[in-house]
Amino acid sequence: MKVGIVSYGAYVPRYRITPEEIGKVWGVDGKAMSKALMINCKSVPSPDEDTITISVEAARNMMRRCDVSPGDIGALYVGSESHPYAVKPTGTIVAEAIEAAPNLTVADYEFACKAGTAAIQTCMGLVGSGMIKYGVAIGADTSQGAPGDALEFSASAGGAAFLIGSEKIIATIDKTCSYTTDTPDFWRREGEMYPRHGGRFTGEPAYFKHIMSAAKQMMTCMNTTAKDYTYAVFHQPNGKFPSRVAKQLGFADPQVLPGLLAPTIGNTYSGSVPLGLSAILDESKPGDRIFAVAYGSGAGSDAFDITVTDEMAHYQRGKAPTVKELNSNLKFLDYATYAKFRGKILLGGE
Amino acid sequence: MTMRRVAIIGVGATEFGELWDSSFRDIGITAGLAAVADANITADQIDALYVGNMSAGRFIEQEHIGALIADYAGLARDHVAATRVEAAGASGGLALRQGFLAVASGLHDIVVVGGAEKMLDVSDVESSIIQSAALDQEWETVLGATFPALHALIARRHMHEYGTTREQLADVAVKNHKHGSLNPKAQFRREITRETVMGSPMVSSPLRMFDCAPSSDGAAAVVLCPLESAKKFTEIPIEIIGSGQASDTLSLHHRKDICTMEATRMAAKRAFAMANMTHKDVDIAEVHDNFTISEILAIEDLGFFRKGEGGKATEAGLTGLGGEIAVNTSGGLKARGDPIGATGLAQAVEIVTQLRGKAEKRQVKDANVGLAHNVGGTGATALVHLFRRG
Repeated sequence: MKVGIVSYGAYVPRYRITPEEIGKVWGVDGKAMSKALMINCKSVPSPDEDTITISVEAARNMMRRCDVSPGDIGALYVGSESHPYAVKPTGTIVAEAIEAAPNLTVADYEFACKAGTAAIQTCMGLVGSGMIKYGVAIGADTSQGAPGDALEFSASAGGAAFLIGSEKIIATIDKTCSYTTDTPDFWRREGEMYPRHGGRFTGEPAYFKHIMSAAKQMMTCMNTTAKDYTYAVFHQPNGKFPSRVAKQLGFADPQVLPGLLAPTIGNTYSGSVPLGLSAILDESKPGDRIFAVAYGSGAGSDAFDITVTDEMAHYQRGKAPTVKELNSNLKFLDYATYAKFRGKILLGGE
Repeated sequence: MTMRRVAIIGVGATEFGELWDSSFRDIGITAGLAAVADANITADQIDALYVGNMSAGRFIEQEHIGALIADYAGLARDHVAATRVEAAGASGGLALRQGFLAVASGLHDIVVVGGAEKMLDVSDVESSIIQSAALDQEWETVLGATFPALHALIARRHMHEYGTTREQLADVAVKNHKHGSLNPKAQFRREITRETVMGSPMVSSPLRMFDCAPSSDGAAAVVLCPLESAKKFTEIPIEIIGSGQASDTLSLHHRKDICTMEATRMAAKRAFAMANMTHKDVDIAEVHDNFTISEILAIEDLGFFRKGEGGKATEAGLTGLGGEIAVNTSGGLKARGDPIGATGLAQAVEIVTQLRGKAEKRQVKDANVGLAHNVGGTGATALVHLFRRG
C-alpha cells in the first residue's frame, strides 16, 4: 500500500528579533553571530502562543486544504520539546480543535528536534498496516534558549502538520529510515527552564554524524545520489549546518534554498524539517522528488524519500497560507519586549 | 658522578584536536605504541614509563594515570615502573626530564615518556576553571584572574615598555598557523591573516581569540635509551644534549619584571651550560606559545633576540621557515594544539622529526640542533631541552 502526505499546513508566529538586538544586551557582536549562524532573525511567539496554539493553527491550515472528514482521523501525534504541560497531552487539545475527537488515539512525542518526523513515521506504520485511515503528525516548538546562551540567537517558534493516508496522496513517502545512538549533546532535565548543551560537541559527533549516516543509508537503500532529487531539506539548528551537510552530500543551492528557513525564522526545533518540507511542498510540482533528513539531539536522524504525485495538481494549496506568506508582514521586537514575551522576566515570588 | 649520554630512538603522536571518538587511555596508548614501534623495541624491554598530565582528575575524573597507561599499554604483567608527572603546562617537558635523568643516571635503560590530556570532555567554562588551577588560587584566581587575563597584562606591559604592536602579536599567530598548515597532525591547518586575528572576538584586551592556543585532546610520546646503544634501534638517534629546569614565583604579581620569564632564562642557561653551547648554535626551536605574547617573551628570554625585539623580529619574518631561526615549525601550541600534558612531548616529537629530516613540507634544511621550551602557569615552571642529531 502506498502511504504518503494527503495534506499539510504550517504556522509561524509573526514576531521576529535579530541577533544584533540580542547581542547588544549580552555584549556579543550580533552581526558576527548572525553571519556565523546564517540567521538574520528568528521568530518569537507572542505571550498568547505556545506549542498547542501553533499545532492547532498548523492542523487547521492542513484541514482547510483537503476534504477529509475529521472523524476519519484515527491517530494524532504532536512532537515537541516544549509541550506546555509536563503531564497532560498537547494532542488532545489539537484533536478537539480540528474536531477529530473522540474516536482516535493521541499521544505527545519528544525526541528533541525530530519528534515531528518520528510522528510521521508512526502514522505511516498505522496507515500502512490498515489500523487507521488517516493519521496526523505534527512537529512544533516554542524552543527555549537561556538568556545570554548561544542558543538564544537561534531558538525560535513554529510548526507544521501532516495528514498521512493512502488515498488522494499529494506526495508519496517512498521510504523512511533512521539512525539512532545514545549521544548526549543537548538535554533539559525535568523542571529545568532551559536546555544545556555540549558546545562544539553538538556539531561533528552529533548533528553531522547522524544526518550523514541516515542520509547515506537512504541513498544506498534507494540507489540514489543528490542529483536524483529536486529538493532537499535538513534539520536547521542554524543556516550554516544544513548548508554544510547539503554540500557534503552533493546538493546544490537550488535544491536546498526553498526549504532553508533558518535564516529568516531561526531554529524551530521539532518544527524545523516539517516547516522546511512544507515550504518545499508549497512550490513543488508533480514528479518532484524530495530528500528530507531530520535530526534530534540525544541523538537520532530520520530520513525520508518523497515523490510529489499528480494529485498535487488538484490539491487546494491556496486555501491556507504558504510558509512564504506566514513569513511576511513581520513585526520586529526589541530585547525587552522579547524578554517579556518569552517569560524571561521573573517577578518576585514567581 | 658521570652521567650517561641519552638519545631519543622513537617518537609517536596522535592527531591533536577534538578527538570525540577516543578516550584518554585510547590516545595515550596510540601515541605510546607509535613511539615504541618507531623505536623497534618490544614491551618487555621497557624499564620505566613517565606520563606527563596536568589534570586528568578534573578533566575526566581519572587519577592514577601512570598505572592506567602502563596497564592499557600491556605493561602491567611486566610490573614496569610507571610515574605520572605534573607541572601544569610544563608537565610534558618535566616528564621528559625525569625520563632523561632516569636513563642518564644509569638506573634505567629503556624508558618511554608520554604526555596526554583530554580537555574537551568538559564544557568551555569548566575547562577554563581547570586550567586556572595552575595559577595561584589564593592570590590570582580568587580575584578573577584567568590565563588570558594575566597574559593580557604581560602583553600590555610589553607594548608599553618596548613598543610591541598589536600587529606584531597577530604576526605570531599568522606564522604559526602557516606552519600548522604544513603539519598533517596539527589541530588547525588553515592559514590566517592579521585581519583574522585582529577581527576575532576579544578575550582579554589586547588578546583576542586568535591570540590564544586552543583546548585540545592529544597525546605524544618518545622512547629514550643510552646513546651508546641507540644505534641498535635506529639509524638516526637524536641525543638530548641539554636539560634545564627552573621555577619562579607562582603568582605573576610577585615578579620584578612581568615582561621576562626568569624561569625560562634560568632553564635555558642550565641547558646551554650542560650542552656547552649558546643560543647561536640552535637551528630550530619549539617554544611555549600558549598566547602570542608568550612566544615573543620566549624568543627574547631564550636569547634569540634582545629584550623588546621579539615583536619586531616576528614582524620581520626572522622566526618563520627560512628565517634566522625557525620557531614553532609544528604550528606551536597555537596551531598544532595544546593538550596540556602532551605539549612538552609534542615539542620533542617535532624537534626529533626535524633533526631526522622527516618534516616534509615544513623541513628546515640541515637542522642539526633543536630546542624545546615548555612553560607551566605564567612562568612558574620552565623546561628547556636541547637536542642534536646523533
